[in-house]
This record gives sequence, C-alpha cells and structure tokens, in this order.
Amino acid sequence: MLLHDTALIYGRYLRQSLRSRFALLFGVLMPLLYLLFFGPLLTDLPLGGQGSSWQVLVPGLLLQLGLFGALFAGFMIILEKGSGIVDRMRVTPVSRLGLLLGRVLRDATVFVFQAVLLVLAALAMGLRAPLVGILIGFAFVGLLTVSLASLSYAVAMKVRTPQEFGPLINAVSMPSMLLSGLMLPMTLGPAWLDVLSHFMPFRYLVDAMRDAYVGEYATAHMAYGVLVALGFSALAVTVGTRVFRTAGA
Amino acid sequence: MTVISTAGLARTFQTKRGPVAAVRGIDLTVREGEILGFLGPNGAGKTTTLRMLTTLLAPTGGTATVAGHDLATDPAGVRRACGYVAQSGGVDPQISVREELVTQGRLYRLTKTQAADRAEELARDLGLTELLERRCGELSGGQRRRLDIAMALTHRPKVLFLDEPTTGLDPGSRADLWDLIRRLRAEHGTTVFLTTHYLDEADALSDRLVIVDQGVVVAEGTPSALKLEYGGSIDATLQDTFLAITGRSAPEADAAPVAV
Repeated sequence: MLLHDTALIYGRYLRQSLRSRFALLFGVLMPLLYLLFFGPLLTDLPLGGQGSSWQVLVPGLLLQLGLFGALFAGFMIILEKGSGIVDRMRVTPVSRLGLLLGRVLRDATVFVFQAVLLVLAALAMGLRAPLVGILIGFAFVGLLTVSLASLSYAVAMKVRTPQEFGPLINAVSMPSMLLSGLMLPMTLGPAWLDVLSHFMPFRYLVDAMRDAYVGEYATAHMAYGVLVALGFSALAVTVGTRVFRTAGA
Repeated sequence: MTVISTAGLARTFQTKRGPVAAVRGIDLTVREGEILGFLGPNGAGKTTTLRMLTTLLAPTGGTATVAGHDLATDPAGVRRACGYVAQSGGVDPQISVREELVTQGRLYRLTKTQAADRAEELARDLGLTELLERRCGELSGGQRRRLDIAMALTHRPKVLFLDEPTTGLDPGSRADLWDLIRRLRAEHGTTVFLTTHYLDEADALSDRLVIVDQGVVVAEGTPSALKLEYGGSIDATLQDTFLAITGRSAPEADAAPVAV
C-alpha cells in the first residue's frame, strides 16, 4: 500500500513538474552562471585538494543547487494547503508516509535531472572525473534533496503564509551554504571556521563527493558522508511524516 | 440508529497568548440517514468540530464514534466511512476534472479500471460528464462544488460532512445543491452533516439543527421545535430563533479565534 500510494502521489506531482518545463530549466540557470563566471576564477588557484579546480567546484555547486531547490520545495504545499488539497488527501486512507515520499521523490527526480544537465555543461567546460564518482555524486544530491525537501514540507505545513516561509528558509539556507564549504573547501580557512563547519551536515556530504570526483571511494570522508546522508534523510523523513499525520494547522 | 456520537469532544489550541479552547465539549448524536444542520456564529467551533470528526485534527478531550469506528483508536475506519468537503474545496485548478476524480479513486485504493469507471459514474451522477476534460480552474462556482462533492462521494461514504457548501454560490446553484443533498439521502441513505450560515438553508434542508456557541452545544432540535421554544412561536423566523439562542446580533470580533 505504501508503494502504491507513493507511486500515485509521485505521478501526480511529476506531471505537475512536467507542466512547468520552463521552471525546470530555469532552475539550472543559476548554477550554470556560477560555472561560467565563477569556475574560471578558480582554475589556477591552489585549492589544497587533489585533482583540478572543477573537481572541487562541481560537487559544491550540485549540493548548493540541491540545498536551495529542496529547501524551497515547501512553497507549493502552502498553496495546496490554502486550496484544501492537503486536507482532501488527508481524509482519505492514503498512507501519510506516502503523501510525503511521493512529493520528495518527485523533488529528487527533478533535481537529479537538473544535476545531469549541469554535469554535462561542466564536462564541456573542462571537468574530468570518473563516471562512478559522478554517479555516487548524484546519489548524494538525491539524498540531500530527500532530506531537505522533507524538512521544508514539514515547516511549510506549520506556517500559514508564504510570507512567513520565505524569510525562514533564507535564514537557514544562506549560513548553511557558507558554512559547509560548498563554494571553496573549508580547509583553506582558519581553524575555527573549519571546526564550525563540521556542525553542518552538508560539510560531510561535500567532502565525500569531492573524494568521489577524484576517484577515491574508500576514505574516511566517504564513510562519514554516507552515514550523515543516510542518517539525516531518515531523521528528516520521520519528522516530515509526523507532520503529515498530525498537522493541525 | 446512531451513526455519529460524541461525548465531551474538545480541542484546545496552544497559541502565543496561551491556550485557546476552540471547542469546549460537544455532546451530540446523529441518526443514520439524517440531514443535520450544524449552526453557530463565527468562531463557535464548527469547522474545528468537523475537522476532528473527519480525523484531520486530533481532539484534546472527549470521545467520538463515526459509523461505528472510534475516532481515537480507529481513524482509518472513520476515513473509510466518511467523506468531507472543506469550505475551500480541494482540487488543483491546473488538473483536469477527470484526473482529479481518478486520482481520488486511487487514493481510496481502487484499481485503475475501477477508478476510471467510478469517475465516469460520479460525473454522470453529478452532471459533470461534459466537463471531464476541463481543468478544474475553468469550472464555475456551482460546477466546482459539484466536483468537490463528487470527490467526497468516491468511496460511497455513509456520512458526508459539508462545511458551508453553498457559500459564494448564486441562488440557482444553491437550489441545485439542496436538491443534490436531498437526493443523496433519498437514493443512498447518506447521512449529511452540514454547517451553514444561511438560516433559510438550514431551515429548508435539515431534519434537525444543532446550534453551537463558544465551543459547546447550546440548543438542538427540529427547526420547528427550536422556533417554538426559543422564538416564541412556530411561525418565528429561524433568524430570530438563532439570535435568541446565541444572544447577539453579530459575532464579536474578538470572541474566539476563527476556525483553524
């Protein structure tokens, strides 16, 4: 039943995404600009890691795209709540986990599609990385999207208006991006900043992804990255499902 | 036979200004096949009560059974037995009428074929057949309401909850909707639990009225019995009767938070 319900909700929202192809492509534009105008600045800088600057930059950009995209996923549900769609579904016997999973898996699908476009663009600009590493990277960004989108839906179910939701999400996303070393490796900075960034789950993901992009899969970074990504997803999905079950707002 | 019964059903919301009791303790029973009008001033707790009875909101006190299923221990049973139309309805303006009806059938665990057949059947029954390929956003107010009700009838529920079903409809569409509600009861024996602010509607449709104020039931009975008891005469208007019961001509702005 969970599978049936998840597939049903997934289909409904995937069709919704396909109806807005423009938004789908527009979502890739911002990271593409980073690739074009920020990427070349890093080419000759000593970034401390192995591999080329593209192997450092692209994983960060992908996670950044996932971070912003997924955190704002909740916007749609605020509108749906207002038009009664969420309640209409919640009075049916549909699985509460399915209501959440169908939505976040749609978000992950859309995002991985955008990530593929971005990686193709990066390859054209000079990125060279092993295929396995790139695929592992997609898995990480997929998990990140599932986690953050779940939390975003949970918050959106609690707030009443988009006006409350926007600033709240901005307040979370900006420091998350800066503190996780998505733009530049944190090891370049002073020790306090490096230490602080370890409190951000995204830090572990980006470290693991950068290892994957240089073809190193059996590292401590990778182990921590996998643990954090899976643990964070499990936690976020649990929180999200709870809200769908009880939401009194 | 009793199809809904509640005892001390209550809901308190925690707000920044402290706890607010939206529903203080509702005791009521609804008989099978009855059309019950649930009336009360704004903020009386009507929508909150409806949301509790349909499992959308957990009560903070009291008990209730709907069609033999306990609200607290068997919410899944309650969901299978009841349909609910919220004030706002609940369809996506971008999606076609057919897709919404089929998806709703699938949410009630019908197979693809069953859901497609049920969508056709509901459309025929509620005069939506010509509109199946339209997007929900293109429907008129009355058509939208018929669709909302069709969605709620997907699984042939024993009890149908309607929250202000005719608000915003023109007089013709209102009359059509009244006929539809009567027909549902006549053909399927569906119990209808409806809230409304239109007293003529309550008078014309309901077998019995339950009037709530500030989260408790303050009066109940047939429209004529209430008129006699509170309005002074069987010929009193329901308007005067209502005001005599709730004791004010207009809802106080700060009485209680509106429906949450």
